[in-house]
Amino acid sequence: MSYVVLSYADLALAATLILISGALSLAFRLGVGQQMLIAAARMCVQLGAIGFVLKFIFAQSSPLWTIGLAAMMLLIAGREVLGRQTTLFRGLWTYGIGTAAMTFATTLVLTFALLVLVRPEPWYAARFALPLLGMLLGNTLSGVSLGLETLIATARRERSAIEARIALGHTRFEALGDAYRSSLRTGLMPIINAMSATGIVTLPGMMTGQVLAGVDPVEAVKYQILVMFLIGGATALGVVGAVLASVMRLTDERHRLRLDRLRVE
Amino acid sequence: MVGSLEEPAVRERSERGAVARLTAAGLQVPGLEPVSLTVSSGECVSLSGPSGSGKSLILRALADLDPRAGELALDGTPRTEVSGPNWRRAVRYFAAESGWWGGRVRDHFRDQGSVGSSLDIVGLPADAADWQIDRLSSGERQRLALLRGLEDGPRVLLLDEPTGALDEDTRDLVETLIMAKRAGGTAVLLVSHDRGQIARLADRGLEIRGGCVETTP
Repeated sequence: MSYVVLSYADLALAATLILISGALSLAFRLGVGQQMLIAAARMCVQLGAIGFVLKFIFAQSSPLWTIGLAAMMLLIAGREVLGRQTTLFRGLWTYGIGTAAMTFATTLVLTFALLVLVRPEPWYAARFALPLLGMLLGNTLSGVSLGLETLIATARRERSAIEARIALGHTRFEALGDAYRSSLRTGLMPIINAMSATGIVTLPGMMTGQVLAGVDPVEAVKYQILVMFLIGGATALGVVGAVLASVMRLTDERHRLRLDRLRVE
Repeated sequence: MVGSLEEPAVRERSERGAVARLTAAGLQVPGLEPVSLTVSSGECVSLSGPSGSGKSLILRALADLDPRAGELALDGTPRTEVSGPNWRRAVRYFAAESGWWGGRVRDHFRDQGSVGSSLDIVGLPADAADWQIDRLSSGERQRLALLRGLEDGPRVLLLDEPTGALDEDTRDLVETLIMAKRAGGTAVLLVSHDRGQIARLADRGLEIRGGCVETTP
């Protein structure tokens, strides 16, 4: 088994496939042809850029560069959480809570992975740290976004039930118990679904990539299982952190419901 | 998951069922001049005023449900010395529109086993404990919300239109219940549009006029 290097001509030939989608759009007058082309172009530019950035950072082999890019990925992931919410906290609270929860969860799990499980030499080798962080972050991001969205939507919809409990002397975690439990459940659903479907319905991208690169499938599967466990842990920590912090922000120290802290259009 | 600390000062006195005196001084409620009032044990005070004049906001502020500046005290104990949940266990707000979180009536009571035996007080059969919340009429909800809120013996009742959705028979039951609580030493602040009800229940009246809470002559 060997790794087959792609030429730019191969890529150009593959790009013609995107024209099928364009033709489809024209034939059925979907009006998404232009969007499709722009998206394809964006993908090329973004991936091309990250290819060169990673190549540069791998060459540095410096913890500072690795941590710098990791921090940037976390900040961008925080932006992405914002983009997926219909209702935000006033001020920077949604961004802050989302970013902090994801930073806490992925840093903890990544440190465990690098120092205890994978143990690359040196531990900060960007070739291991950054792709792992990327996978953790992508999944934690979905969980955190769904959890926050569900919590805030439920609190707004169930306002009178929650306030009834508060008026009866329940604490904030009792009054918002149903709301935060369903938010945690929703936030954990994607990883549960991903684990159940994987290997039967889907072949994970990372594993496929390793197999294409010439790695023994059984070895690739071991890596994939490790990554799934890491993702499961990071998602759980991230969702719990973000949802509980949001329960605290949705209420105050007198255990009142504070929907006035939401920015409602 | 976060337990609440019991403040012995407030709880113990409530169990003895002795005095209850709710005082507000300079309470800032939107749209109103600072509110000062007192409701004492065994007393029913009515609060009236036009729709939208802020009656419900006053009751909510007294139950510490909204962040409002001003002083609140129960038997001289300032609210700042009591946690929010413990304050509301003593000073209980009954909203005009009650909120429900569980599937059945029983789920909303602290002592779920003995709900059935108390339902006749508000004119409902014992099997109503297992009724589904979605299928309750507004009058049934209102009576059940009152029963639910009286279960743990709050010392001050802040009643927002407690008979708004009731017919005459059930209204009489609820009024009898309120008067029994008052006779037992509970302090009652009653918001009502019904002049007859105010005349039947209230010892004295407060009225919102031009943004001020005044004593009804």
